[in-house]
Amino acid sequence: MKVVLHIWRQSRPSTSQDFGQDGKMVRYELDDVSADMSFLEMLDILNERLTAKGEEPVAFDHDCREGICGTCSLMINGRPHGPERGTTACQLHMRSFQDGSEIWIEPWRAKSFPVLRDLVVDRGAFDRVVQAGAFISVNTGAAVDANAMPVPKADADKAFDAATCIGCGACVAACKNASAMLFAGAKVSHFLHLPQGQAERDRRVLNLVETMDKEGFGNCTNQYECEAACPKEIPVRVIADMNREYNRARIKS
Amino acid sequence: MNWMLDYWRSSIGGKVTMAITGLLLFGFLVGHLAGNLLLLSGPEAMNEYAAFLKSKGALLWVVRCGLLAVFVLHVITGIRLARENRNARPIAYARPDTIQASLASRSMVFTGLSTLVFVVYHLLHFTVGVTNPEHFTMETSAGGHNVYGMVTASFSVVGIALAYVAFQVVLFFHLAHGVQSLAHTLGLHHERFTPMIKTASVGVAALITGGNIFLVLSVLLGIVEVQS
Ligand code: HEM
Ligand code: FES
Repeated sequence: MKVVLHIWRQSRPSTSQDFGQDGKMVRYELDDVSADMSFLEMLDILNERLTAKGEEPVAFDHDCREGICGTCSLMINGRPHGPERGTTACQLHMRSFQDGSEIWIEPWRAKSFPVLRDLVVDRGAFDRVVQAGAFISVNTGAAVDANAMPVPKADADKAFDAATCIGCGACVAACKNASAMLFAGAKVSHFLHLPQGQAERDRRVLNLVETMDKEGFGNCTNQYECEAACPKEIPVRVIADMNREYNRARIKS
Repeated sequence: MNWMLDYWRSSIGGKVTMAITGLLLFGFLVGHLAGNLLLLSGPEAMNEYAAFLKSKGALLWVVRCGLLAVFVLHVITGIRLARENRNARPIAYARPDTIQASLASRSMVFTGLSTLVFVVYHLLHFTVGVTNPEHFTMETSAGGHNVYGMVTASFSVVGIALAYVAFQVVLFFHLAHGVQSLAHTLGLHHERFTPMIKTASVGVAALITGGNIFLVLSVLLGIVEVQS
């Protein structure tokens, strides 16, 4: 199949001065793409051609290529990870596009995710949110017996829904306000429903929200684009969980 | 007081401020419509109700000031959040798309600011009497403020009636998203009830704005008697 690609090319990291003038959309054509190729394999082919011609290949993030690491991060035709629901860009296949399609590929756009090069963005802001409280403190040593602490199935399911987050940033990329509340909410909800999360419950949500705000993410307006874009289909319930937890912790402190 | 400002400045504090002030303003709209439905009971009922409110003197002013404070807080917080949201994405997508965000949810800033313009006009029109003084100064046979006469005389003017209808349509969109949004902001999310809240949000928005439009059209189409 034949595809026309429009790809954001940027040769150096974004500077805060001329944000947006650092790069531009460039048009490429590929006319022998197999429908069975993954989206990233299609980009690999493009890069081989570019390299053969002595041009700079397109930089894009990827690692596991099996939908579990959260490294791939492409805005494809205005949707994070492309048109399929619950699918990362690395698990997307060219059969999801029609022959002759025009495909627009852009990096995640958010002030908190500055572009490093082409389609690669710096997601360090997410790491700092995690460091602010998305963990439990335990003594190291032998692993605790798995059944030592009983957890009702319904609670375990809620925690697990949130824990499936792979930290890719699709929620921020999709949100009209570049808000990270689905991500931060997933971290809160992940521990909220488990006994292990209770000791640091208040501190966790206060620090997470404070760090999220400081990193310059926007504010949720309950449009739920994040939920629709999330490759792990994390529900917006986690945002309501975080709102309640934050107010509770604020009142107590 | 510092903790209040600190809370307001946080993302969730700002959202909760929007939700609580939005809920209070919504409550006002319910009361406002309930009172104005007296228009259907004729001039005596309407003017008596208006005189009753006026007779409350100081209490009326306390309520008015409270309402103004809530309104101003809603507007200021809304503008602050909208600015932060704009700053959070300095570069727009070259080819943007929307998956499931409703039209109403995407136009909150526009519908909100339009409502601000409308409220200012509405106050100049009926509360201060600047835009149509000839209607504002109408008197009852007993020499009191003739609210029924003022309202019916104004809404029988096609331009005024249509402007009110148009602003109510805009307000419908603000409330259709606003009511469901405030529930989620306040932490209400439930597998069974959230879909009902979404439907109810559109429903109550339609009831309130539909009720207002019904009153305006009742006058324009001569269903209630016009005094002039
Ligand atoms: C009759 C008057 C009004 C009522 C009843 C009302 C009601 C509401 C409600 C219930 C919400 C949802 C709060 C939430 O998301 O949790 C809301 C949001 C909003 N309102 Fe209003 N509003 C009114 C006037 C205004 C005005 C005059 C503005 C002008 C700036 C405005 C701007 C906004 C904005 C920007 C939001 C979105 C905030 C967000 O989604 O986070 N509103 N409004
Ligand atoms: S490359 Fe690991 S999730 Fe896509």
